[in-house]
Amino acid sequence: MDYLLLQVLNGVQLGLLMFLLAAGLTLTFGIMDLVNLAHGSLYMMGAYIAWTFVGWTDSFVLGALLALPATFLLGVVVEMVVARRLYARDHLDQVLATFGLILFFNELVRVIWGPAGKSLAVPAFLNRTVEILPGVPYPAYRFAIIVVGAVVAVLLAWLVARTRLGMLIRAGASNRRMIGALGVDIELLFTLVFGLGAVFAGLAGLMAAPITSVKIGMGDDILILAFVIIVIGGIGSIKGAFVAAMLVGQIDIVGRAFLPDFLKTFLSSAAASSAAPAISQVLVYVVMAGVLVWRPTGLFGQRA
Amino acid sequence: MTDLVAALRTTRGIVTLVLLVLLAVLPLLTQAFDQRYLLSIGTRVLIWAIAAVSLNLILGYGGMVSFGHAVFFGTGGYAVGILAHHGIASGWIQWPVAIAASALWALVVGALSLRTRGLYFIMITLAFAQLLYYVGVGLEAYGADDGLNIGRSRFAGLIDLRDKASFYWLCLALLCATLWFCSRFANSRFGLVIRGAKSNELRMAALGFPVFRYRLAAFTISGAFGGLSGILMANEGAYISPAMMSWVKSGDLIVIVVLGGMGTLFGPLYGTIAFFLLEESLKPLLDLLRKGWGEYWQIVFGPMLVLIALYARGGIDSLMGRSRG
Repeated sequence: MDYLLLQVLNGVQLGLLMFLLAAGLTLTFGIMDLVNLAHGSLYMMGAYIAWTFVGWTDSFVLGALLALPATFLLGVVVEMVVARRLYARDHLDQVLATFGLILFFNELVRVIWGPAGKSLAVPAFLNRTVEILPGVPYPAYRFAIIVVGAVVAVLLAWLVARTRLGMLIRAGASNRRMIGALGVDIELLFTLVFGLGAVFAGLAGLMAAPITSVKIGMGDDILILAFVIIVIGGIGSIKGAFVAAMLVGQIDIVGRAFLPDFLKTFLSSAAASSAAPAISQVLVYVVMAGVLVWRPTGLFGQRA
Repeated sequence: MTDLVAALRTTRGIVTLVLLVLLAVLPLLTQAFDQRYLLSIGTRVLIWAIAAVSLNLILGYGGMVSFGHAVFFGTGGYAVGILAHHGIASGWIQWPVAIAASALWALVVGALSLRTRGLYFIMITLAFAQLLYYVGVGLEAYGADDGLNIGRSRFAGLIDLRDKASFYWLCLALLCATLWFCSRFANSRFGLVIRGAKSNELRMAALGFPVFRYRLAAFTISGAFGGLSGILMANEGAYISPAMMSWVKSGDLIVIVVLGGMGTLFGPLYGTIAFFLLEESLKPLLDLLRKGWGEYWQIVFGPMLVLIALYARGGIDSLMGRSRG
């Protein structure tokens, strides 16, 4: 029972990280109509920049706080140099150009930080366990990710639903030409939204760094998962991204945790433990296929 | 015949003819100058070109942006590899099974994904490719992540695939066959429906064409040819691994098709050659600038892709003037 609870929490933690990544992706697609494959690169850059700043400041929190504005700036630069020119293009051009950006960023990291992966230590004050229930310890760092992720998710929901910027974002998602005609500076809005997405991606990257290690291409596989999430949730929908991220987080973790035991009932134990992670990955894609067959625009998607 | 003569008078015709002749004599040249390495690159170019032509059928002519085409390297390769692993070495059995398996996979994926549009289609094709990729990673019996060394397909008495030059010529012949099929396809009624649906799906539907079924057929055919390239790829290295169907390979294939010129007959071939030339020449060029820079060639290649996407829609084919359609 405790084991189940821990795994569910791990799933929530993964889901929240995925949500941070997917939120930026779904916003850029919903508002700017941009397929941004390079979003995973921002995730990776967030982790690398944080690694550097943590080294300079000798403090994880300080380094992370410095890395966030840096990824925002990076996002703004990417938007102004490349992304801006792609909004009016068709999806194929966007895929091609942002695929080029991925190659560029992966190689840039290799030039700057070298080919070997970096490890970011869990901050000392979180390097212990907390008792989530009496007698059930849980790593404090993972718990902190859940807290930060949940706070950011609530903040984002508040931002989108209750503020003027959020109003413009929602208006932009339903008709960007109209809000441009109403006198809103949409270029600035687009740049801001892109930068915001970059910050969320960077935050996800730097929080994941102590768990997964910082390495080249770390954003690529997780980016595909983020795309799966926004496709399941319905492109452009923040709520959909959240629900789908939670769903995918649970499938992935619970699959990894419980499939081996289940598989061992009819497979050798070595085969079971090597097949289980692959099967839980496969499950995620099967769920996506199922959702799309049932609802071709995702759970919360509107566009036909 | 007069058509052919007329075609040969254009720039495009001359370039293509020269290119095909060069490709045909490449093994003799590499042997004469003792450049074995070039022959293996040439073989890979031909194999990738077959895959690019097959992607061009749906992407270029049909406007279906499939971001998972490298999966057919996997379906074709693994079908051959798994059969070989179990002692069935005859190509007469392996190859039809591999092509049928690829077509079947394309039929299933197409039936599910062609119901969606735009980004959903891009992502669902990618997701299905990832699905098979992870299946490959999980297949402990067939090497999982590390892949599997296999024996090459046997065509007793007909051709020995272990001979590099014969294998090269076989690939070239199959590429020509694929191109021939593609040219027939593009101007057939079937091909015209697919091309029409690209520019205006609603109109084709209003004309009474069941667009979905036409697209599904095209998708399946494309998968079958993709599987053929997978068969060749497995035989080229005598090796299969999940890395064959990594999503980066799918991205490379899209790059190749766009670079060469979408929806043109020889575009994918030009694109493949340009892609490999870029890769092989950027490395030494950067090394020339400063020793050791060659390994970072993608830092130049990435921005080049951005520029191609922004400014070079017609691809290489359009440099030779407008095609006759």
